[in-house]
Amino acid sequence: MSFDLQAIRAQFPILSRRIGGRPLRYLDNAATAQVPGFVLDALSRFETTSRANVLRGVHRLAEEATTAYAAARQAVARYLGVASGEIVFTSSTTGAINLVAYSFGALLQAGDEVVISELDHHSNIVPWQMLRDRRGIALKVLPVRDDGTLDLSRLDEIVTRKCRLIAVTHVSNVTGAVTDLVPLRAAAAAAGARILLDGAQRVPHGPVDVPALGVDFYAFSGHKMFAPHGIGVLWARKSLLEEMPPFLGGGEMIRTVTMERTTYAAPPHKFEAGTPPIAQAIGLGAAVEWLLKLDWSAISEHELRLAQRVLDGLPSRARVIGPTGLQQRMPVISFDIPGVHPHDICQLLDGDGVALRGGHHCAQPLMERFGLAGTTRASLALYSGEDDIDALLGGLDRAVRRLAP
Amino acid sequence: MSDLYQDALIAQAKAATRAGRLEAADATLTRDNPLCGDRVTLDIRMKESRIADLAHRVRGCLLCEAAASAIGANAVGKTSADIEAADQAVRALLENGQKGPDLWPALEAFAPVRDYASRHGCVLLPFETLRELLAHRGETKP
Repeated sequence: MSFDLQAIRAQFPILSRRIGGRPLRYLDNAATAQVPGFVLDALSRFETTSRANVLRGVHRLAEEATTAYAAARQAVARYLGVASGEIVFTSSTTGAINLVAYSFGALLQAGDEVVISELDHHSNIVPWQMLRDRRGIALKVLPVRDDGTLDLSRLDEIVTRKCRLIAVTHVSNVTGAVTDLVPLRAAAAAAGARILLDGAQRVPHGPVDVPALGVDFYAFSGHKMFAPHGIGVLWARKSLLEEMPPFLGGGEMIRTVTMERTTYAAPPHKFEAGTPPIAQAIGLGAAVEWLLKLDWSAISEHELRLAQRVLDGLPSRARVIGPTGLQQRMPVISFDIPGVHPHDICQLLDGDGVALRGGHHCAQPLMERFGLAGTTRASLALYSGEDDIDALLGGLDRAVRRLAP
Repeated sequence: MSDLYQDALIAQAKAATRAGRLEAADATLTRDNPLCGDRVTLDIRMKESRIADLAHRVRGCLLCEAAASAIGANAVGKTSADIEAADQAVRALLENGQKGPDLWPALEAFAPVRDYASRHGCVLLPFETLRELLAHRGETKP
């Protein structure tokens, strides 16, 4: 296999858009990635030919909808190397983590500990604070090193025998750092704790061998991996899903209901109350089927080569908030330019057609850690090209000349 | 590049009129913009019903700095009612381009921000902080 950038880009209609007369240079993929035309076609095809609810009807449309929904679950399972019965569709990464915090959280007792980190997105912090307030558990926090990676040097002290769960990011949405799982697994094993990984920033960069990660929960969103908004995934071991109580109650998740009591469906349906986002799941399935066919060795090389260009070409006064090399990082690059605010940079580069993200990236504790209100972030995807990086670096130079004190 | 960053706006931000802290302030308030984490701290000293002096610290973008600087240059001597009127005037400028009689001349530089709805909050944060600060200290309209 090989990697044909132009063929990939041609799949994404939005990439031919112009912004103020200039080509769109989309470098905000860590927030939301773009959607290929065939995913849009899959959505449209379902809604125009097979739209029906799933799992209950026996007419032709219901049969087709149920089959397509199940196929999407199977495609996601192949992407992760797991059984499809362990894939729970949710609304998003946030939805998946809240599911675990509520449901797995119901198994915890006052005094139990959950370990989170300074590196994480608010979606992997706030649900645990809410659980702490609800159940009386204790939260402990893993710090971050100056290079934007998790500081695991005090794991023995932080992960104690009271720890029931370590919930951290697989790849930081700010620093791009990939979490070193080896010491985390050892600490969790010693404590008898589970591990939850927020995989939202990992899954757009190729299939994930989840069993090899040695974790217990894996959460991510569709919209960051070229699928529609409104669909997310929680993977957990079947035994764990069976042990956990349901999260939301309603249709689709039951076995029998009387006016006195309810028995629940087996996982994953136990955790999918109500009509699911069917078209969105089918769109995710289409995106994943495509991603499974690509040459990820070549794409990773391409993404990291571009990331290196960004790291090397940033204005001299820029400080990278994250690893400055390519070891253990994804092409998500945050930086601070002293005296120049991220929103001003982003606004000026928008005038060049360059889409960046500035701000706290839903990671305010991490910003606090670095003494910043926010950073500017360029996040790449498989369709990013040399022209995107040229526009970014040229625009940054002009912005700094215009705004620097 | 964006047409937002006109020379007048950049100059107003860099002037940073009354930036810093106020000795012997009557009241101080810090407010954050939850969308971006920007932060404004205002100190004021009142004489009867008018602002006798003020100072601001901004951890924010150029628009926020320029708005705070405009307040620094114009708010001394004003009453709560004057600040309320100026706040309404800058909102009208951002929402429909209207340049009313209560719009301080320094605020006209924000006219291009009208087309950037996501940035309106950057301009308004110092005004909201000042209004709340005045309300918080029990200031009444004359």
